[in-house]
Amino acid sequence: MSPQELQVQKKREQEGKEEGTMPARAFAPTADIYEDRDSLRVILEMPGVEKSNVNVRVEDGVLFVEGRLDLTKYRGLQPLYTEYNIGNYSRSFRLSNVIDQDQIAAELKDGVLSLILPKVAKTKPRTIQIS
Amino acid sequence: MASDWLQHQTTSQGPFPPINVFQQADDLLAIIELPGIDKSSLQVEAKENTIRIAGKKVVAYPDGVSVHRRERVAGEFDRTISLPIDLKPDGIKAEYRDGILALFLPRSEQDKPRTITVS
Repeated sequence: MSPQELQVQKKREQEGKEEGTMPARAFAPTADIYEDRDSLRVILEMPGVEKSNVNVRVEDGVLFVEGRLDLTKYRGLQPLYTEYNIGNYSRSFRLSNVIDQDQIAAELKDGVLSLILPKVAKTKPRTIQIS
Repeated sequence: MASDWLQHQTTSQGPFPPINVFQQADDLLAIIELPGIDKSSLQVEAKENTIRIAGKKVVAYPDGVSVHRRERVAGEFDRTISLPIDLKPDGIKAEYRDGILALFLPRSEQDKPRTITVS
């Protein structure tokens, strides 16, 4: 049996309302979002981004994630053949839960950013006793 | 070097992972986006003018969660590409960092252009 073939996902360029001040292009990182009882988990793929170049913040219920690529590594390289675009990553999500912003945990491993956004206690689901 | 040398080749078994190839003096540098791969699952082989990249990308979800969005892809990949130069197999270096696989592909000595002195 032939192995499952992975599909190449075309990078979606960000066309936000605001323009960036940097000349580089920005792309939307591929994302997975799931939720458990206590937190919202957001996983973003940002290959090539180093830990120090990630910016995560929550503002007015919107999660902003940015990852900058160190383009100086490409200096002096002459492209021969290219299949994907290189640029910074940027994406934002409107959060449906109230998040405890001080407790956000972020981990970057092998170009994958994992965010744990803990829900504020009062928005956690509660079992209602029926009397 | 023509820029369309990869378009008509038949060795590729799949378009994943996407590859960018750069020239650095006489040698080539292939930069491959492969976020979230276990380094030990990566297999890189080189022969004459072809390189083969195989491995497995795993995306796991914990039990008991509700998934709101699922965009990341997972599965096995195996890709072979031919290059416009002959490689020096023992000089090839592979490095996986921050979800990027970089392959340093040195040109074989026989393949290097030689300056001929006109007498």
